[in-house]
Amino acid sequence: MVCRAAVALMSDYIDGRLSSADTARLEGHLAGCPHCSEYLAQLRVSVIVLGRVSFDSLSDEAVEDLVAVFRQWQAG
Amino acid sequence: MLAREVVASDTVAAADDQIALIERLRSGDEAAFAELVRSHQPAMLRLARGFVASQAVAEEVVQDTWLGVVRGIDRFEGRSSLSTWLFKILVNRAKSAGIREQRHRTARGDADDSELSGGFDAGGAWVTPPDVWAEDAEDRIVAEQLAARAREFLDALPPNQREVVLLRDVEGLTSRDVCEVLGISEGNQRVLLHRGRTRVRDALTAEMRGR
Repeated sequence: MVCRAAVALMSDYIDGRLSSADTARLEGHLAGCPHCSEYLAQLRVSVIVLGRVSFDSLSDEAVEDLVAVFRQWQAG
Repeated sequence: MLAREVVASDTVAAADDQIALIERLRSGDEAAFAELVRSHQPAMLRLARGFVASQAVAEEVVQDTWLGVVRGIDRFEGRSSLSTWLFKILVNRAKSAGIREQRHRTARGDADDSELSGGFDAGGAWVTPPDVWAEDAEDRIVAEQLAARAREFLDALPPNQREVVLLRDVEGLTSRDVCEVLGISEGNQRVLLHRGRTRVRDALTAEMRGR
Protein backbone atom coordinates (compact mmCIF):
# COMPACT_ATOMS: atom_id res chain seq x y z
CA MET A 1 0.00 0.00 0.00
CA VAL A 2 1.38 3.40 -0.96
CA CYS A 3 1.07 6.38 1.39
CA ARG A 4 -1.45 8.21 -0.79
CA ALA A 5 -3.78 5.20 -0.59
CA ALA A 6 -3.25 4.94 3.17
CA VAL A 7 -4.18 8.58 3.71
CA ALA A 8 -7.32 8.13 1.61
CA LEU A 9 -8.53 5.48 4.08
CA MET A 10 -7.76 7.40 7.26
CA SER A 11 -11.03 9.30 7.76
CA ASP A 12 -13.06 6.09 7.51
CA TYR A 13 -10.56 4.37 9.80
CA ILE A 14 -11.01 7.04 12.47
CA ASP A 15 -14.78 6.54 12.21
CA GLY A 16 -14.48 2.77 12.44
CA ARG A 17 -15.98 2.30 8.97
CA LEU A 18 -13.26 0.37 7.18
CA SER A 19 -13.71 -3.26 6.23
CA SER A 20 -11.54 -5.64 8.23
CA ALA A 21 -9.47 -6.26 5.11
CA ASP A 22 -8.77 -2.54 4.59
CA THR A 23 -8.15 -2.11 8.29
CA ALA A 24 -5.52 -4.83 8.22
CA ARG A 25 -3.89 -3.34 5.14
CA LEU A 26 -3.81 0.15 6.64
CA GLU A 27 -2.51 -1.01 10.01
CA GLY A 28 0.14 -3.05 8.23
CA HIS A 29 1.23 0.07 6.37
CA LEU A 30 1.18 2.24 9.51
CA ALA A 31 3.39 -0.22 11.36
CA GLY A 32 6.15 0.54 8.88
CA CYS A 33 5.48 4.18 8.04
CA PRO A 34 6.17 6.90 10.61
CA HIS A 35 4.97 9.63 8.21
CA CYS A 36 1.51 8.14 7.80
CA SER A 37 1.34 7.32 11.49
CA GLU A 38 2.06 10.96 12.30
CA TYR A 39 -0.49 12.11 9.73
CA LEU A 40 -3.14 9.85 11.24
CA ALA A 41 -2.39 11.18 14.73
CA GLN A 42 -2.80 14.71 13.37
CA LEU A 43 -6.14 13.84 11.76
CA ARG A 44 -7.32 12.41 15.08
CA VAL A 45 -6.29 15.63 16.84
CA SER A 46 -8.16 17.61 14.18
CA VAL A 47 -11.37 15.66 14.81
CA ILE A 48 -11.03 16.07 18.58
CA VAL A 49 -10.32 19.79 18.28
CA LEU A 50 -13.37 20.19 16.02
CA GLY A 51 -15.44 18.46 18.66
CA ARG A 52 -14.47 21.21 21.06
CA VAL A 53 -15.51 24.11 18.83
CA SER A 54 -18.12 26.26 20.47
CA PHE A 55 -19.91 29.15 18.88
CA ASP A 56 -21.14 32.43 20.31
CA SER A 57 -24.07 31.79 22.56
CA LEU A 58 -27.36 33.54 22.09
CA SER A 59 -28.18 36.50 24.32
CA ASP A 60 -30.72 35.82 27.06
CA GLU A 61 -33.01 38.32 25.37
CA ALA A 62 -32.90 36.45 22.08
CA VAL A 63 -33.66 33.17 23.83
CA GLU A 64 -36.58 34.82 25.65
CA ASP A 65 -38.02 36.10 22.36
CA LEU A 66 -38.09 32.58 20.99
CA VAL A 67 -39.56 31.18 24.20
CA ALA A 68 -42.34 33.78 23.82
CA VAL A 69 -43.14 32.37 20.38
CA PHE A 70 -43.24 28.90 21.92
CA ARG A 71 -45.51 30.11 24.72
CA GLN A 72 -47.95 31.76 22.30
CA TRP A 73 -48.18 28.67 20.15
CA GLN A 74 -48.81 26.48 23.17
CA ALA A 75 -51.55 28.84 24.36
CA GLY A 76 -53.28 29.10 21.00
CA MET B 1 -5.97 14.92 27.85
CA LEU B 2 -7.81 14.98 24.57
CA ALA B 3 -9.11 11.44 24.48
CA ARG B 4 -12.88 11.01 24.39
CA GLU B 5 -14.77 7.74 24.11
CA VAL B 6 -18.36 7.05 23.22
CA VAL B 7 -19.74 3.93 24.84
CA ALA B 8 -22.91 2.05 23.99
CA SER B 9 -24.64 3.13 27.19
CA ASP B 10 -24.24 6.75 26.08
CA THR B 11 -26.47 5.99 23.10
CA VAL B 12 -29.18 4.39 25.23
CA ALA B 13 -29.05 7.21 27.75
CA ALA B 14 -29.23 9.75 24.94
CA ALA B 15 -32.31 8.05 23.45
CA ASP B 16 -34.07 8.10 26.83
CA ASP B 17 -33.12 11.76 27.29
CA GLN B 18 -34.59 12.56 23.92
CA ILE B 19 -37.94 10.90 24.68
CA ALA B 20 -38.11 12.88 27.93
CA LEU B 21 -37.22 16.12 26.13
CA ILE B 22 -39.89 15.64 23.47
CA GLU B 23 -42.51 15.02 26.14
CA ARG B 24 -41.44 18.14 28.00
CA LEU B 25 -41.62 20.19 24.80
CA ARG B 26 -45.08 18.86 23.95
CA SER B 27 -46.33 19.75 27.40
CA GLY B 28 -45.17 23.36 26.93
CA ASP B 29 -42.11 23.24 29.17
CA GLU B 30 -40.43 26.57 28.44
CA ALA B 31 -37.17 25.65 30.12
CA ALA B 32 -36.88 22.64 27.85
CA PHE B 33 -37.47 24.81 24.80
CA ALA B 34 -34.95 27.41 25.99
CA GLU B 35 -32.39 24.63 26.38
CA LEU B 36 -33.15 23.36 22.88
CA VAL B 37 -32.64 26.89 21.52
CA ARG B 38 -29.37 27.42 23.37
CA SER B 39 -27.93 24.11 22.34
CA HIS B 40 -28.83 24.32 18.65
CA GLN B 41 -29.00 27.97 17.62
CA PRO B 42 -25.27 28.57 17.12
CA ALA B 43 -24.82 25.60 14.83
CA MET B 44 -28.04 26.42 12.99
CA LEU B 45 -26.77 29.91 12.25
CA ARG B 46 -23.45 28.52 11.05
CA LEU B 47 -25.18 26.02 8.84
CA ALA B 48 -27.67 28.53 7.39
CA ARG B 49 -24.87 30.96 6.67
CA GLY B 50 -23.37 28.53 4.18
CA PHE B 51 -26.46 28.57 1.98
CA VAL B 52 -27.36 32.27 1.89
CA ALA B 53 -25.51 35.46 1.04
CA SER B 54 -25.94 37.45 4.25
CA GLN B 55 -25.95 37.07 8.00
CA ALA B 56 -29.34 38.82 8.12
CA VAL B 57 -30.94 36.26 5.80
CA ALA B 58 -29.29 33.44 7.76
CA GLU B 59 -30.87 34.81 10.94
CA GLU B 60 -34.27 34.93 9.23
CA VAL B 61 -33.87 31.35 8.08
CA VAL B 62 -33.06 30.28 11.64
CA GLN B 63 -36.02 32.23 13.03
CA ASP B 64 -38.27 30.64 10.43
CA THR B 65 -36.94 27.23 11.37
CA TRP B 66 -37.82 27.76 15.02
CA LEU B 67 -41.38 28.59 13.98
CA GLY B 68 -41.46 25.32 12.08
CA VAL B 69 -40.12 23.47 15.11
CA VAL B 70 -42.67 25.05 17.45
CA ARG B 71 -45.53 24.22 15.10
CA GLY B 72 -44.27 20.77 14.25
CA ILE B 73 -43.22 19.35 17.61
CA ASP B 74 -46.62 17.79 18.26
CA ARG B 75 -46.45 15.89 14.98
CA PHE B 76 -42.80 14.87 15.33
CA GLU B 77 -42.76 11.09 15.27
CA GLY B 78 -39.26 10.54 16.58
CA ARG B 79 -38.11 8.37 13.70
CA SER B 80 -34.99 10.51 13.46
CA SER B 81 -33.32 12.35 16.30
CA LEU B 82 -34.67 15.74 17.31
CA SER B 83 -31.45 17.38 16.12
CA THR B 84 -31.64 15.70 12.72
CA TRP B 85 -35.27 16.74 12.29
CA LEU B 86 -34.47 20.31 13.31
CA PHE B 87 -31.43 20.63 11.04
CA LYS B 88 -33.39 19.15 8.15
CA ILE B 89 -36.05 21.84 8.49
CA LEU B 90 -33.27 24.40 8.57
CA VAL B 91 -31.50 23.12 5.48
CA ASN B 92 -34.76 23.04 3.50
CA ARG B 93 -35.54 26.61 4.45
CA ALA B 94 -31.97 27.74 3.85
CA LYS B 95 -31.91 26.18 0.39
CA SER B 96 -35.21 27.89 -0.51
CA ALA B 97 -33.92 31.20 0.78
CA GLY B 98 -30.71 30.74 -1.16
CA ILE B 99 -32.62 30.07 -4.35
CA ARG B 100 -34.87 33.07 -3.76
CA GLU B 101 -31.80 35.22 -3.35
CA GLN B 102 -30.72 33.97 -6.75
CA ARG B 103 -27.30 33.62 -5.34
CA HIS B 104 -24.71 32.26 -7.68
CA ARG B 105 -23.14 29.40 -5.80
CA THR B 106 -20.00 28.63 -7.70
CA ALA B 107 -17.40 26.92 -5.55
CA ARG B 108 -19.67 25.05 -3.13
CA GLY B 109 -16.97 22.71 -2.01
CA ASP B 110 -15.68 21.02 -5.08
CA ALA B 111 -12.58 23.14 -4.82
CA ASP B 112 -9.41 21.56 -6.05
CA ASP B 113 -7.87 19.77 -3.10
CA SER B 114 -4.95 18.34 -4.95
CA GLU B 115 -2.37 20.64 -3.38
CA LEU B 116 -3.28 19.68 0.15
CA SER B 117 -0.93 18.09 2.63
CA GLY B 118 2.36 18.33 0.79
CA GLY B 119 1.14 16.04 -1.89
CA PHE B 120 2.31 12.70 -3.13
CA ASP B 121 4.62 11.81 -5.97
CA ALA B 122 3.67 9.69 -8.95
CA GLY B 123 4.38 6.53 -6.95
CA GLY B 124 2.09 7.61 -4.13
CA ALA B 125 4.86 8.37 -1.62
CA TRP B 126 5.13 11.59 0.39
CA VAL B 127 6.86 14.44 -1.40
CA THR B 128 7.27 16.33 1.87
CA PRO B 129 6.53 14.26 4.97
CA PRO B 130 4.20 15.86 7.50
CA ASP B 131 5.68 18.02 10.29
CA VAL B 132 5.68 16.21 13.61
CA TRP B 133 3.31 17.91 16.05
CA ALA B 134 0.53 15.57 17.14
CA GLU B 135 2.12 14.70 20.46
CA ASP B 136 2.75 18.38 21.26
CA ALA B 137 -0.93 19.06 20.66
CA GLU B 138 -1.87 16.76 23.53
CA ASP B 139 -0.58 19.35 25.98
CA ARG B 140 -3.68 20.80 27.62
CA ILE B 141 -2.80 24.44 27.03
CA VAL B 142 -1.95 23.84 23.39
CA ALA B 143 -5.19 21.92 22.96
CA GLU B 144 -7.21 24.84 24.29
CA GLN B 145 -5.47 27.25 21.95
CA LEU B 146 -6.09 25.01 18.97
CA ALA B 147 -9.77 24.67 19.86
CA ALA B 148 -10.05 28.47 19.93
CA ARG B 149 -8.66 28.68 16.40
CA ALA B 150 -10.65 25.74 15.10
CA ARG B 151 -13.74 27.88 14.67
CA GLU B 152 -11.90 30.02 12.13
CA PHE B 153 -10.60 26.96 10.33
CA LEU B 154 -14.14 25.63 10.12
CA ASP B 155 -15.40 28.91 8.66
CA ALA B 156 -12.63 28.85 6.06
CA LEU B 157 -13.76 25.52 4.60
CA PRO B 158 -15.62 25.40 1.30
CA PRO B 159 -19.38 25.33 2.11
CA ASN B 160 -20.03 21.70 1.17
CA GLN B 161 -17.17 20.48 3.32
CA ARG B 162 -18.01 22.87 6.16
CA GLU B 163 -21.59 21.60 6.39
CA VAL B 164 -20.50 18.00 6.74
CA VAL B 165 -17.66 18.71 9.19
CA LEU B 166 -19.95 20.97 11.26
CA LEU B 167 -22.69 18.37 11.57
CA ARG B 168 -20.40 15.33 11.99
CA ASP B 169 -17.40 16.47 14.01
CA VAL B 170 -18.68 19.60 15.77
CA GLU B 171 -22.32 18.64 16.42
CA GLY B 172 -21.77 14.87 16.58
CA LEU B 173 -24.56 13.70 14.28
CA THR B 174 -24.19 10.21 12.79
CA SER B 175 -23.21 9.88 9.15
CA ARG B 176 -26.70 8.55 8.32
CA ASP B 177 -28.31 11.58 9.93
CA VAL B 178 -25.99 13.96 8.12
CA CYS B 179 -26.90 12.37 4.78
CA GLU B 180 -30.57 12.84 5.67
CA VAL B 181 -30.16 16.45 6.78
CA LEU B 182 -28.12 17.53 3.77
CA GLY B 183 -29.77 15.28 1.19
CA ILE B 184 -26.47 13.77 0.02
CA SER B 185 -25.27 10.24 -0.53
CA GLU B 186 -23.11 8.32 1.92
CA GLY B 187 -20.26 8.27 -0.58
CA ASN B 188 -20.44 12.01 -1.16
CA GLN B 189 -20.56 12.65 2.57
CA ARG B 190 -17.45 10.55 3.22
CA VAL B 191 -15.45 12.36 0.56
CA LEU B 192 -16.48 15.81 1.83
CA LEU B 193 -15.72 14.84 5.42
CA HIS B 194 -12.28 13.54 4.51
CA ARG B 195 -11.44 16.67 2.52
CA GLY B 196 -12.72 18.96 5.25
CA ARG B 197 -10.78 17.19 7.98
CA THR B 198 -7.67 17.24 5.81
CA ARG B 199 -7.95 20.98 5.37
CA VAL B 200 -8.40 21.48 9.11
CA ARG B 201 -5.32 19.35 9.69
CA ASP B 202 -3.39 21.54 7.25
CA ALA B 203 -4.52 24.66 9.09
CA LEU B 204 -3.51 23.16 12.43
CA THR B 205 -0.12 22.29 10.95
CA ALA B 206 0.42 25.92 9.97
CA GLU B 207 -0.73 26.97 13.43
CA MET B 208 1.68 24.60 15.16
CA ARG B 209 4.50 25.70 12.87
CA GLY B 210 4.01 29.28 13.96
CA ARG B 211 4.36 28.47 17.64
